[in-house]
Amino acid sequence: MEILVCVKRVPDTAENEIEINSDGTDIERDDLVYSVNEWDNYAVEEAIQIRDKVGGSVTVVTVGDEESDEVLRREMAMGADKGIHVNDEALESTDGLGIAKALKAVVEKGSYDLILTGAQADDGCAQVGGMLAALLDLPYASLVNYIEVVDDKTLKIGREIEGGSQEISEISMPCVLSIQTGINEPRYVGIRGIRKVAGVDIPEMDLSELGLSEEEVAPRVKRLDYFVPEMGEGAEILEGDMEEIAEKLVELLKAKGGIK
Amino acid sequence: MEMALTPVAKISLLGISGAVFAVLIPLIGIGAFAYIMARRLIPLAKAQPDPRFDRVGERLKGLVKYWLGQYKHPRYLVAGIIHIVIFAGFLILSVRSISLVIIGFKPDFVFPGLGGFLGSIYDFLKDYAATFVFIACIVAAIRRGIFTPERYKVPEKYGKDHTFEALFVLGLISSLMIFESLYSASLVAAQYQAGLHPEYLPPLTIAWFFAKILKGAPRGLLQFLNTASYFAHDLTFFFFLCFLPFGKHFHVITSIFNVYFRKLDRGKVKPVRWGITEEELDELESFGVKYLEDFTWKHLLDFYTCVDCGRCADNCPANTVGRPLIPRFLTIKARDHIFKRFPVVGEISPREPLIGTIYEEDEIWSCTTCGACEEECPVLNEYIDKIVDLRRGMVDEGMVPQSLQKPLNALTKRGNPYGKMEKKRADWTKSLPEGIKVPVVGKKKQVETLFFVDSATSYDERLNEIARAVVQIMTVCEEDFGILGKAEKDSGHEVRRFGEEMLFQTLKEHNIDAILSSGASRIVTADPHAYNALKKDYEGIPPVEHISEYILRKIKEGRLRFKPIDDPTLVFTYHDPCYLGRHNLLYDVPRQVLDSIPGLKRVEMERCRDRSFCCGGGGLMLFYEPVEEQRMGQVRVRMADEVGANRIVVACPFCLVNLEDGVKTTGFEGKIQVMDLTELILKQLIIE
Amino acid sequence: MSREIFAYIEHADGVLDDSALELINAARKIDDSAKVVALVFGSGDALNKASEEAAKTYPEVWKVESASLTYPNAEVVRPMLVNLLPKGCVCLIPHDTFGIDLGPGLSVKLGASYLPDIVDIDKVEGDKMVVVRQEFAGQVHTHVECDMREGVVVTVRPGSFEADESKSESGTVVDKSAEAGEVDAKRKFIEVKEAEAGDVDITAADILVSVGRGIGEEENIEIAEELAEALGGVVSCSRPIVDAKWMDRSRQVGTSGKTVKPKVYIALGISGAFQHVAGIKGNPFIVAVNTNPKAPIFQVADVGVVEDLLEFVPVLTEKVKEMK
Repeated sequence: MEILVCVKRVPDTAENEIEINSDGTDIERDDLVYSVNEWDNYAVEEAIQIRDKVGGSVTVVTVGDEESDEVLRREMAMGADKGIHVNDEALESTDGLGIAKALKAVVEKGSYDLILTGAQADDGCAQVGGMLAALLDLPYASLVNYIEVVDDKTLKIGREIEGGSQEISEISMPCVLSIQTGINEPRYVGIRGIRKVAGVDIPEMDLSELGLSEEEVAPRVKRLDYFVPEMGEGAEILEGDMEEIAEKLVELLKAKGGIK
Repeated sequence: MEMALTPVAKISLLGISGAVFAVLIPLIGIGAFAYIMARRLIPLAKAQPDPRFDRVGERLKGLVKYWLGQYKHPRYLVAGIIHIVIFAGFLILSVRSISLVIIGFKPDFVFPGLGGFLGSIYDFLKDYAATFVFIACIVAAIRRGIFTPERYKVPEKYGKDHTFEALFVLGLISSLMIFESLYSASLVAAQYQAGLHPEYLPPLTIAWFFAKILKGAPRGLLQFLNTASYFAHDLTFFFFLCFLPFGKHFHVITSIFNVYFRKLDRGKVKPVRWGITEEELDELESFGVKYLEDFTWKHLLDFYTCVDCGRCADNCPANTVGRPLIPRFLTIKARDHIFKRFPVVGEISPREPLIGTIYEEDEIWSCTTCGACEEECPVLNEYIDKIVDLRRGMVDEGMVPQSLQKPLNALTKRGNPYGKMEKKRADWTKSLPEGIKVPVVGKKKQVETLFFVDSATSYDERLNEIARAVVQIMTVCEEDFGILGKAEKDSGHEVRRFGEEMLFQTLKEHNIDAILSSGASRIVTADPHAYNALKKDYEGIPPVEHISEYILRKIKEGRLRFKPIDDPTLVFTYHDPCYLGRHNLLYDVPRQVLDSIPGLKRVEMERCRDRSFCCGGGGLMLFYEPVEEQRMGQVRVRMADEVGANRIVVACPFCLVNLEDGVKTTGFEGKIQVMDLTELILKQLIIE
Repeated sequence: MSREIFAYIEHADGVLDDSALELINAARKIDDSAKVVALVFGSGDALNKASEEAAKTYPEVWKVESASLTYPNAEVVRPMLVNLLPKGCVCLIPHDTFGIDLGPGLSVKLGASYLPDIVDIDKVEGDKMVVVRQEFAGQVHTHVECDMREGVVVTVRPGSFEADESKSESGTVVDKSAEAGEVDAKRKFIEVKEAEAGDVDITAADILVSVGRGIGEEENIEIAEELAEALGGVVSCSRPIVDAKWMDRSRQVGTSGKTVKPKVYIALGISGAFQHVAGIKGNPFIVAVNTNPKAPIFQVADVGVVEDLLEFVPVLTEKVKEMK
């Protein structure tokens, strides 16, 4: 099975307080570290596992600047066979649809049975996979947490829905799936693995090589600024030492919470 | 000289001279043994190199202390004494055994040097030796068969009980004693009867008893017994010899080598492969142990030498809390795997990955590297290097639990397992008392003494207290010191021991550069893991001291004086951290520090010093999620309670975290308090 | 000029999802003179009931019935919507697992812009609409502008607009099944595997003591259990606790867990990420304990305690016991 996985390089937000820069045009990026989008990593692991079971190859593609090269290499160190880097200045300010169009051009240059994306990335839009499927006129499923290969034209999939339940469907290939975290346990990629792929060739493509014009990827949706909303009143913070706070709290629980 | 009985050499058996059998049996026996040994050596030849041929003086001293002196055996007193008796007996009887073999075809053979007076002394000794060995075997058999101490038990998933093998061998040894004694006794009885001067049998020995019983026996019977017991001994002896390499009694042959080739340096981790430098690491095809042949020959020898005593497992904290790791079975499973793949008779089978066949992933991740197993093993088997090597293999294959991947990725990106920003590494200095400052070293600021804080102490709010205490102590001592601040990355101690060697190398290179550019001539740290890393894993940096050593020095210099403990109800106990105690032999220094505080009542837990019980582990171990029945910290806190302590003093940030958690979850909150040595010192310090 | 605004109504067994009553208010904020049309897709009696219910809030309801809609399959709904929706319209969908499935592809097929997971509408000026979104797991807000000339598909975060409970409308229900057409989708629904019921039903509890990442380690959950016991409540948790396998999924409060309606909700070491808070309904008395005074949970809590929960909670438990 030929599998294409779309990956994105994003800032690592877990422990770090994301802050907005002084003029509100972007977040403070100076102290940020970047890594592959967590959802995308699950997708690559899934692709590798499918390939190991049924044969074929896994290609990872990213749309981004020079630095994005590192996430492609990391996923190749993990086990992806090939990488494709789409890099064009015009794409740096595009919107989700623009990214999806660029990816469509990549897909059309190859022949893939399965295209995977992560369910969402740092901006929480969860859109590129669905848009790509529509552009390619392929069936789509989002938030996929289970994939079973039925035959070379069909997959049985599970989607994560509300309440933690799972919606089971059958989908025909070729198709596009967006992958939810927890679908598998991604393998570890150490420094050694990354060093091994440091010299591997990753072809770069720009818009013209993809056959796209700048107008086609001009954004229709634009981020205007970053801001911190005015805080509403919020909670009444209890003061005092722990004993005092606990006493006050117990009173409140009785009064407002109905605890007897 | 007239013989009371016909010697074996001259006896006619089925028309053939006894001497022929007496030559054939040893020939076949030794031949078979040589073949078996050659087969057993094959896997060692295929294994990885291990340079153990240096430091001959140290090795010989070790041989005398641990092999000849059986130094570790009395740690379990009853078993220890039994074994020492059997071992000493074997050594003494080895001469007799050789003589006996030769007497079979050369009846007047006397062992060189043992003619005359020395020979009589020897004969005297050997009979007692045989008797004591026999008694020891009976005691051992009863103990093993009827009382079956816990540590010998075999959990169901590891197969059948090993009791039969043990009793069988005890039976073989006892038989050897019996046959040897019977051989002597029958001759003496015959000599007696023939009016010849009987050889002396020391009173109350087995031979002596036999001689008494056989005094009146018919000569024919005596002759029969003499010949029969000779060949019984001969056959049993060579059978036993050939049996040894098939089970735990292989140690009878290999232990002398295993002890000689022992690991000389505590706390150090072997390189990925001996003979490959750090620069050449990138060229290696594979890291770590994935298949049996990836172990070094010494590690395979360890597997052969394991005596299946269970002392390691008995002291292993992971085993105690119900994790899937039992050190004894790590070894026994590997040994059985060698036997299976490299049989004495049959084809050598192809290699198979160890993880997933004989080992489980969690089994290998469960180890805290505390070293209790290695401390205990009477034949000086090593464990930590093997576990690190197995982990290297798993890391190489990407088989790392998700719970560890997060901190490893954070260490790669941020130089600390928490993923917190580098620039916040020294934020703990902001809450120092008024007027106390800690310079951050660099090109513009050089200092005498570098305080290496490491990640946990830098980023964990509770552990910041330790850092601030160290700073205040050093300030009182007017030390010219500083910290690396955001230039400091994790020491990488656990990174290495969890198998991520390349990440460790990266952290180490970075830190060495930072340390050298500080201009410091001395490093002090309050983190025993950092201490061990800097001392053993790093090279080319100034000498390292643990804060307890620093404090003791300053006490002796008269720079630190303490207020007495005014609360008479406080009972303190000191918990030895694994990486100060066992790995670095720093047992007394922290105790001396505590004893310098007037009025401090201190008791020792039963498990103290080299028998200290690991708190749960440090570094990456804090992130690992084991399957266990209880926490090590909980077990340790109960041990403190058992000796009536209400204050536990630790000298390690991880011990502090683990034991405090232990107190919170065992209902001792409010009754037992845990504190770091530095906190206690600061509290009692008289500051002018 | 009134825009054509459509709202996709989610429903099950004839009962409307909470989001259905929220979308109307979002629509009104875009253009309060617009006649908002509810889109109700499904089959059988349940569809009829849902359509009637929607008509109490929306002036017009487009009902689409099909045998292939016994279960809401976005791959079926999407082409039908393409057949039905006029060019240039605004289509509002809830940003939930169905909306995420439907929305992006729908915007492409309609040739419209796409605005996912909005939490507010800032303004509409001519053909431009500015909405508010969040990024980086809710750590920052952004204003996003979109060109509406070719229409726009907007997915709205549930709970970000107030629900209109008035039910004062008497809308007309129009059957649009024929226009929607039949679809032979390449994705066929098989079944739903319900999440396993755990030992405790947190959705039935009146008092919940909920633990989040701030609990630190698995064994500390005991501290929460003691508080819950003293209060007569039950322990629940946020997603990270379930991912770490410290508690069963049946204890998880949030969008991928359970929706709870307690009277008292004590959040220990929970940051207050949207996905978790969205699972708390019914306006309970919320107490938050967290060492970070900037944690979003303090926005939704009634009362806050900025202390280390590991130290504070045992003290609180003692006081509760004393009171009892």
